[in-house]
Amino acid sequence: MTDEMYDEEGGPVKKFLYLNRKAPYGTIYALESLEVVLIGAAFEQDVSLLFMDDGIFQLKKGQDTKGIGMKNFSPTYRALEMYDVEKLYVDKKSMDERGLSADDLVVPVEILDAAQVADLMEDQDVILSF
Amino acid sequence: MILHTVNKSPFEKNSLERCIESAKDGAAILLIEDGVYGALNNTAYSDMAQNAMKTVKIYALAPDVQARGVGDRVLDGVELVDYNGFVDLAESHSKVQAWL
Amino acid sequence: MKFGILVNEGPYTHQASDSAFQFTKAALEKGHEIFRVFFYHSGVNNGTRLTTPPQDDRNIVNNWSELAAAHNLDLVVCVAAAQRRGIVDPDEAKRNSKDADNIAPGFRISGLGQLIEAGIQSDRLVVFGD
Repeated sequence: MTDEMYDEEGGPVKKFLYLNRKAPYGTIYALESLEVVLIGAAFEQDVSLLFMDDGIFQLKKGQDTKGIGMKNFSPTYRALEMYDVEKLYVDKKSMDERGLSADDLVVPVEILDAAQVADLMEDQDVILSF
Repeated sequence: MILHTVNKSPFEKNSLERCIESAKDGAAILLIEDGVYGALNNTAYSDMAQNAMKTVKIYALAPDVQARGVGDRVLDGVELVDYNGFVDLAESHSKVQAWL
Repeated sequence: MKFGILVNEGPYTHQASDSAFQFTKAALEKGHEIFRVFFYHSGVNNGTRLTTPPQDDRNIVNNWSELAAAHNLDLVVCVAAAQRRGIVDPDEAKRNSKDADNIAPGFRISGLGQLIEAGIQSDRLVVFGD
């Protein structure tokens, strides 16, 4: 890379994008993606999360998993701030398609249109898709 | 520029459609596994792929095309590559994004 | 060039592991370096030596083990994902009081930090999943 950045200890800092396109509970991808984000936070990289398609449903307010015998991990998204993971983005088209607005989500997010999504992706060094 | 990979049939999931919407002019899309069904002519998704090729380059992984018996149905303009070509594309683009 | 590989699916059910193997093999034959292959989600099932496919089918686990032996590949199975799915090395078997282990030759079990490190250290991270 031409414009490589370094953290305080001199290690390289890369831009990591976690792309989440799958709904929670039906498959494990959403939960295990979140586990990568939490572990990855310790590496002090420049992290962004983008929720697209059914991945938006990961952030839906009011999840109650008592009836399916699984752990409700949606409160963890609210804890991301404590890990300095603060760049949370959602795709506008996915929100519109699902009749969701920012008020329906458990965390504050920035809503991006298609061109902004393309810019965000282009701006990354590493894109982890789940 | 990004090398996008798509491994889902467009008949199964919207991955190719969303990939095309998010791909910048000059980006490359490589169709692998069931994603190669998005590279065929005379399907409900041929126009989508054909229109995309005005601004992005579409490749399909030849071993996956051949395995599925659709080598005679590949859209004009789609370039076939083998695994060596896949590696070359990953090398020549600044990052690789998988649309699963 | 240095590649990192992420495999998110187990063998046989999905083509992801086959595709990742073919890509890795081609990259090595072209003289590239594979920094690490990281197995996550059900991808950890690529690392059990108990796999016994029919004789006329490819043995995906052995293919990975043999490629690792020939090229000194670092095949890392995520510990958290492995524990959920019963992939165990001798140390993990002892720690969790299991009566057996099943890790295949050439694979090792380690943490998610190894994935983040692969993203930081590799020139390209290539994801194979479902």
